[in-house]
Amino acid sequence: MSTAASLPVLSACGVHVTFPGRRGRESARALDGVNLDVYPSEILALVGESGCGKTTLARTLLGLERPSAGDVRFAGVPLAYSPRSLRTYRRRVQLVLQDPMGALNPRHTVYEAVAEGLRIHGAEALGSFGDEATKVADALSRAGLRPPERFFPRYPHELSGGQRQRVVIAGALVLDPQVIVADEPVASLDASVRGEILKLLLGLRDDSGLSALVATHDLGLAWNVADRVAVMYLGRIVEAGPVETILRSPEHPYTRALLSVASTAGGNPPVILSGEAPDPSHVPAGCRFHPRCPALASGVAAAAGIAEACRSVDPGVLPGGRGAGVACHLYPPSS
Amino acid sequence: MSGSLARSLREYRNHRAGVVGLAALLLFVALAVGAPLFVTARDLSAVYAPGAPRQPPSSHFLLGTDAYGRSMLAVTLWGARISLAVGLLATMMSVGIGSLTGIVAGHFRGWVSTLLMRVTDWFLVLPTLVLAAALASVMHRGIVTVIIAIGLTAWPGTARLVRAQTLTLEARPYVERAKALGAGDWHVMRRHVLPNLTPLILAQTTLSVSAAILMEATLAFLGLSDPTKVSWGTTLQLAQQVGAVSAGDWWILLPPGLAIVAVALAFTLCGRALEATLNPRLEGKG
Repeated sequence: MSTAASLPVLSACGVHVTFPGRRGRESARALDGVNLDVYPSEILALVGESGCGKTTLARTLLGLERPSAGDVRFAGVPLAYSPRSLRTYRRRVQLVLQDPMGALNPRHTVYEAVAEGLRIHGAEALGSFGDEATKVADALSRAGLRPPERFFPRYPHELSGGQRQRVVIAGALVLDPQVIVADEPVASLDASVRGEILKLLLGLRDDSGLSALVATHDLGLAWNVADRVAVMYLGRIVEAGPVETILRSPEHPYTRALLSVASTAGGNPPVILSGEAPDPSHVPAGCRFHPRCPALASGVAAAAGIAEACRSVDPGVLPGGRGAGVACHLYPPSS
Repeated sequence: MSGSLARSLREYRNHRAGVVGLAALLLFVALAVGAPLFVTARDLSAVYAPGAPRQPPSSHFLLGTDAYGRSMLAVTLWGARISLAVGLLATMMSVGIGSLTGIVAGHFRGWVSTLLMRVTDWFLVLPTLVLAAALASVMHRGIVTVIIAIGLTAWPGTARLVRAQTLTLEARPYVERAKALGAGDWHVMRRHVLPNLTPLILAQTTLSVSAAILMEATLAFLGLSDPTKVSWGTTLQLAQQVGAVSAGDWWILLPPGLAIVAVALAFTLCGRALEATLNPRLEGKG
């Protein structure tokens, strides 16, 4: 691995995002200190249940949401939020949304949808390509729509779900980004086309050196495509590491619970989390997972003599980087 | 785009009321445009009027004569020109102001939206007729003044409607995608919001034309229009001035009155049919 590849291309450094509460309600801490690094040519899966802050983190990394504290860094440089620097940034990091039908304007043809980025950025985005049509055709065929010319005049409603998602991906690829942020990219697709879209992402990583951050609630998907996994709970990364480590020997009780309901082959009984669904406007004191933690409920934590710490001491924010880490009192960081 | 246009046309043909309205409308426009072929300046002259004043319908004057002795048929035909022109131009103005305000207020949240909406609300609660009458009386008396007075008072409804639709459109994922692609405000408004607003704006246009024609007639009836120009409103005003109402000279009152009702009805029918055609959520209903 070269030295260039060992530096993160996109990072979140201590990112907090707080949404103000309405009419006297408490404000919601959607992201509560997130460190996350995306390295070149890697697919990082961001796993968590709905409402844990995955989408907010994706939007923040894209510069669509401004962090209330901390910063987003691209190639080590903090992102500036002036219109001019955001414009340049947009060409480097691109977005793929969950629902490809909604992500395409029903009144635009495939050609217009893919060329939109080029038209926004003008001549500088064309690069070595002479004209718009060749560039659009190139993006479409890289996204697996061949022959591309046949798709130019089609409207989104004339395409299948998988084809639409490929159009959305082509629309992102046309700007030659270095990172793609995909928010549940296959959640709304049929099982039969999910594999194709994931294969496309893997192919893009291998052929073009593209990095991707894939936010998902599906651990099986993470297993299939990701190089690294970060598990998110209530606005924080609670466990991160290489996909093998996380999925074969998870440490955090939350990751274990997620895995136990995802895999049917393991033979372990599924761990059903009790307690109320997490609310970012009322983050529990101590470890944010403790009201629902099976390790605390079953007495494992008490046996280890840390039950009091679970209820009162915040296990802290995991650092970014490539290594494995877990934010749990059961596994104190080895020094 | 042409495919969806053809589809909309086919869909429109299924609305019988809309087809009737459109046919009536085309007839009115043809008559208004062709009026100079049948009506000469002499027919409309108050001094050299061709007949005796206030004659009931006869074989010579099919609809009788007005207070000056002009043929009511010629006057009504000629009046369509002003009424339709004022109706269309004032609507273009009000829908233009309303759409612009609505899009800007819906796209830029925060204080811009609050400010624009407070201004809109202020115009909305102001009695339209009083405001239009005030405007028409302080400005130079004439058709242009009437158009401006109607245009400046009729837009708040459109602004509210367009803003509401803009807010729902802005929440669509494709707007988010465009922003992630680097689209600025102008691009989002022009390429994503406006094209998806067109059906609503078109329907709103046809609906407000009838309101504008009624308003023009009202202002003219109140004597706030240009009295030298023949319109349906000024004809009614003249009839009222000379006591045609109490004298029971129905032939002076009915033709412009019915014409106003007919045009307003035709536009409303077209508007409803257009709305049902272009709004996918109303498809198959109405």
